[in-house]
Amino acid sequence: MGILEVKGVNKRFGGLQALGNVNLSVAENTVHAIIGPNGAGKSTLLNCLVGKLIPDTGSVMFDGQSVLGRHPHEINQMGISRVFQTPEIFGDLTVLENMMIPCFARRDGSFRMHAFEQFSHERELIDKAMHMLEEVNMAEKKDMHSASMSRGDKRRLEMAMCLVQEPRLLLLDEPTAGMARADTNNTIDLLKEIKQKRDITMCIIEHDMHVVFSLAERITVLAQGTPLVEDTPDKIKGHPKVQEAYLGEAAH
Amino acid sequence: MLGLATKDFVLLLVVAVLCLFAPVLLNPFPETSDLAQFNAGYPDLMQRFVIFGIFAIGFNILFGLTGYLSFGHAAFLGVGSYSVVWMFKLLNYNIVPGLLLSLVVSGLFALAIGYVSLRRSGIYFSILTLAFAQMSFALAYSVLTPITNGETGLQVYGNDPQYLQGDSAPNIPHLFGMTMRATETVEFGPWLWQFNAGYYFCAVVMLIAFYLAIRIFRSPFGMMLRAVKSNQQRMRYTGLNPRPYTLAAFVISGMYAGLAGGLMASMDPLAGAERMQWTASGEVVLMTILGGTGTLIGPVLGAGLIKYLENILSKINDNILHQWFAFMPDGLEDFLVAIVHPFIGKGWHLTLGLVFMAVVIFLPGGLVEGGQRIGRLFGRKKPAEAEAKAAAKTPAE
Ligand SMILES: Nc1ncnc2c1ncn2[C@@H]1O[C@H](COP(=O)(O)OP(=O)(O)O)[C@@H](O)[C@H]1O
Ligand SMILES: [Mg+2]
Repeated sequence: MGILEVKGVNKRFGGLQALGNVNLSVAENTVHAIIGPNGAGKSTLLNCLVGKLIPDTGSVMFDGQSVLGRHPHEINQMGISRVFQTPEIFGDLTVLENMMIPCFARRDGSFRMHAFEQFSHERELIDKAMHMLEEVNMAEKKDMHSASMSRGDKRRLEMAMCLVQEPRLLLLDEPTAGMARADTNNTIDLLKEIKQKRDITMCIIEHDMHVVFSLAERITVLAQGTPLVEDTPDKIKGHPKVQEAYLGEAAH
Repeated sequence: MLGLATKDFVLLLVVAVLCLFAPVLLNPFPETSDLAQFNAGYPDLMQRFVIFGIFAIGFNILFGLTGYLSFGHAAFLGVGSYSVVWMFKLLNYNIVPGLLLSLVVSGLFALAIGYVSLRRSGIYFSILTLAFAQMSFALAYSVLTPITNGETGLQVYGNDPQYLQGDSAPNIPHLFGMTMRATETVEFGPWLWQFNAGYYFCAVVMLIAFYLAIRIFRSPFGMMLRAVKSNQQRMRYTGLNPRPYTLAAFVISGMYAGLAGGLMASMDPLAGAERMQWTASGEVVLMTILGGTGTLIGPVLGAGLIKYLENILSKINDNILHQWFAFMPDGLEDFLVAIVHPFIGKGWHLTLGLVFMAVVIFLPGGLVEGGQRIGRLFGRKKPAEAEAKAAAKTPAE
């Protein structure tokens, strides 16, 4: 049994079958990549995992518990964090404040007021946030207004915000899209390092095959809402169906 | 100091000093001069400045931080007023029990309205709050007459029980014997200064309210509220439910409004349903935007400006205009009076509208932004106030 078990998930948008009978099993402490052409339903699948969408049929189990019918914040509290395809950060806040929010969320879980405590007194949390920012090479940008940063920086910030929560399952939706080569390599190193340090399962959607083959231990290929094959990276590389459906397309 | 960063403490201090000397500062023109009608340093108006300041400070905690635009805050104002008058009727003219009750009742009221309205965001939230406030207004006028005394308005009558009213206690609103109407008038050359107990009481309450608002703005809770405004989606996927935070902000700002309403009734023991009308809800929105949404001092400035225009412009009439322009040839005098006429007296709303449009278009950050720009013009040697205003806008560190 994997830590994440998706069984028979279907999702329709009007006449469009975005997901058709998806089965997916992600083993604990592995990096599992999901690849497939644009519009294959990869983001839709993640939406079904984090409570943004509810599948029409099927089940989604995380660590033996169903996530269906739970609110997004409850699913996050179960230990699932997600990096979105378009960066979702707190644009009006500074970089450090962005980091502080997941730090508070992790400490308190549910609602606490803290209306008369002073922000600057939260030394422990600030240290933790700063430490994470250093890991993604953003410490010197801590006072920047986060909306004014580049797309690549926003992504790294969002990833740091997810990682500081120490999730058990990290979902990454095209984390290196829009990043410069050097930043992409940094991201790969960062994810590898995190993986070595702690128990964490990652599910990564990626178009950049360099990233996929550097990180993934298993790969699922999704096409038109249905998994075509699931195998190790080496096997996937030579698979004719995959060549045809995806790698061939990415090559030109 | 007081748990505030230096910048914030300076701002609080500046506001406190301005409040303390307001009776002098707001009366710059000698009584005998023609300009005396621009003086704002009389008790009634000064009380309104600080009371509406409280109303706007509270509104800003909701609107400025979370971005939820309530169009029904006047309902809490009315509820606060009714609470105070009822305490006058039942207990005695001491204002303390009434003010405490107004906090409790408006808090509960806000909890109920907020719980329902916050199920929606954006325009739907605004409409829901507006609907609730108009409903309260209509009910206060009709069905709830036994509680609100309908159109007449709630007031204290000779046959009210007033169980705790002592024989020697004042027969008008007072704070442990000090009547709110008590005024010390000082003549200083041609100037006339009025130091009024009611005003100073309201000013102290406003300073406390302002201090608490600064603490909220700078606290982790304040940061969460700004996160709500910024990106609710990210908040949810970070494991935080935005609802309790917005509801808490709604209740806090409702209690500020209730307190403001309570103070109104404490200054003048009368509560009418019109206090709940949508125009009053809209006014506080204007005040906040005019002053600078999301800034600390902005709402207070906005409240001051609107109340000043309302009370001073509306008192100017054509006779006064003729006096001003008397030195001109008759034809030109009449012409100028005709031009200015629509902007004064009952037409002060037109002036307010134009000022509001000008601010929104040219100074989207409100008066605070104006202050900052002026401060920047004068370069490094900014006056302390402008610096404090600038401080009001910078986020927590
Ligand atoms: N909320 C939605 N409403 C309607 N159609 C959607 C919605 N989300 C995704 N789709 C459609 O579902 C298909 C799969 O989309 P998506 O999961 O974003 O693909 P991918 O992430 O693999 O590129 C696309 O055709 C897209 O247009
Ligand atoms: Mg996608």
